[in-house]
Amino acid sequence: MRKSFVPISAVVLAIVVIWYLAAIALNSAWAYDRAKRADNPLSFSQLVSDTWSQEKPRLPVPHQIASEIYKTTVLQRVTSKRSLVWHGWITLSATLLGFGLGTGLGIVLAVGIVHSRAMDMSVMPWVIASQTVPILAVAPMIIVVLNAIGVSGLLPKAIISMYLSFFPVVVGMVKGLRAPDAMQMDQMRTWNTGRATVFWKLRLPSSMPYLFTSLKIAMAASLVGAIVGELPTGAVAGLGARLLAGSYYGQTIQIWSALISAAALAAVLVALIGLAQNITLRKMGMLR
Amino acid sequence: MVSKDTIIHTEHLNLTFQTSDGPVHALSDINLSIERGEFVSFIGPSGCGKTTLLRVMADLEKPTGGTATVNGVSPEEARKARAYGYVFQAAGLYPWRTVGGNIRLPLEIMGYDKAEQSARVAKVLELVELTGFDKKFPWQLSGGMQQRASIARALAFDADILFMDEPFGALDEIVRDHLNEQLLHLWERTNKTIVFVTHSIPEAVYLSTKIVVMSPRPGRIADIIHSNLPKERPLEIRDTPEFLEIAARVRHGLRTGHEDG
Repeated sequence: MRKSFVPISAVVLAIVVIWYLAAIALNSAWAYDRAKRADNPLSFSQLVSDTWSQEKPRLPVPHQIASEIYKTTVLQRVTSKRSLVWHGWITLSATLLGFGLGTGLGIVLAVGIVHSRAMDMSVMPWVIASQTVPILAVAPMIIVVLNAIGVSGLLPKAIISMYLSFFPVVVGMVKGLRAPDAMQMDQMRTWNTGRATVFWKLRLPSSMPYLFTSLKIAMAASLVGAIVGELPTGAVAGLGARLLAGSYYGQTIQIWSALISAAALAAVLVALIGLAQNITLRKMGMLR
Repeated sequence: MVSKDTIIHTEHLNLTFQTSDGPVHALSDINLSIERGEFVSFIGPSGCGKTTLLRVMADLEKPTGGTATVNGVSPEEARKARAYGYVFQAAGLYPWRTVGGNIRLPLEIMGYDKAEQSARVAKVLELVELTGFDKKFPWQLSGGMQQRASIARALAFDADILFMDEPFGALDEIVRDHLNEQLLHLWERTNKTIVFVTHSIPEAVYLSTKIVVMSPRPGRIADIIHSNLPKERPLEIRDTPEFLEIAARVRHGLRTGHEDG
């Protein structure tokens, strides 16, 4: 941790510097335009301060985004529609539900694929094909179809999340459940062990490192799914809605703050899984 | 030929593997009888089929010709009756289970009750001189200790036969000597029939009452040597003329097997 501190902060610093410089370049056109109309030529320092403080800049600078996030989280009641926490919770609940469903579906499919040759041959190609369909095209259809049968709100978004998140779990768990080597399987055979027992005592524990790696990818995919699921609902609520509304009204600062919040949310969720992974695998003696 | 003390018996046993390079004749006309309480070693160069023969007896491979019986029944029935313990080249302990938990694994699978499990774990740990290590995890043990734990695991349930496939192959010479000595003690105390695969001449001669010398292409028995060494064998026995004479005969068998092949 300590070792990586210097390189990581160096990279962050470089990004921030490039960001501020890029903001000057990208926002200067608007600043010059306004100055020209006011017939008031800009000095360099005026230019810089203008490009870093526009209301609808092409590229908002970090401190603008930070202050927007501060205003929409700390300074708002969390139940308010202006609160980013409220929107974040809407997205998070769909993400978590979709992640749970996707993980469940993924594990069930993987168990079937590992134990049944027929499923291995028939299901796996469909699992892969499912991910080649652009989710952005499928999402509105899922929303519309489910709405037609009276299902709306959290569940349709969760299903889109599930659609994206079950895939890494299937792939990872198939590999994980097949991780025991020939010797370990022979060993079980010498004890005349049934398939269910082999699963619980050998396959499932062996798959744990694969499961956690898959869960991290699934969680990130799940968040993307929830956000995508919020776009066709007419920008009512959620981080996806904030992104869409922001782009309708040219509120770039709002877009970026929703974007940063989504990224932070993903980072926290993935880090939590990483923590669970560390604890579990250490306890299982698989992290040495 | 088949007496009531015959535990394992094979007649004209053949096994041909179909590979992409064509058929490989792994075992050719194997005729062998193993009596109750014997310590039999299979020795030979790699590719001679010694491990394959052991795996046929354990029903991990199916022969393509001839017959094999274990405890008077087919290897499959014997395996289903849990008639043998099998020790592999690697200890193969589960890292998520303690040493005791690993030894308990076959007992759980076979449905022994909790009290019985604990009693048996304690007993076999004592047999392999690992008393007090049941709460340790495999990574806390040396390679030799791990292999001893895996032997304990194979001894934990009531099987009269112990199959061992180069169990000490990955260990250094000093550890190996020690484990060989321990294994003889264990054999004496448990009265098991042990079938042991090795490629070390001193190991085979030191341990065995019967040495089956095998040669490759096709895998076959080149010589069967009955050892007249006493049951009580200190390590120093390896310097006696009797020992060296048997070792010379094994070496001769290996060499002629190679020349024919």
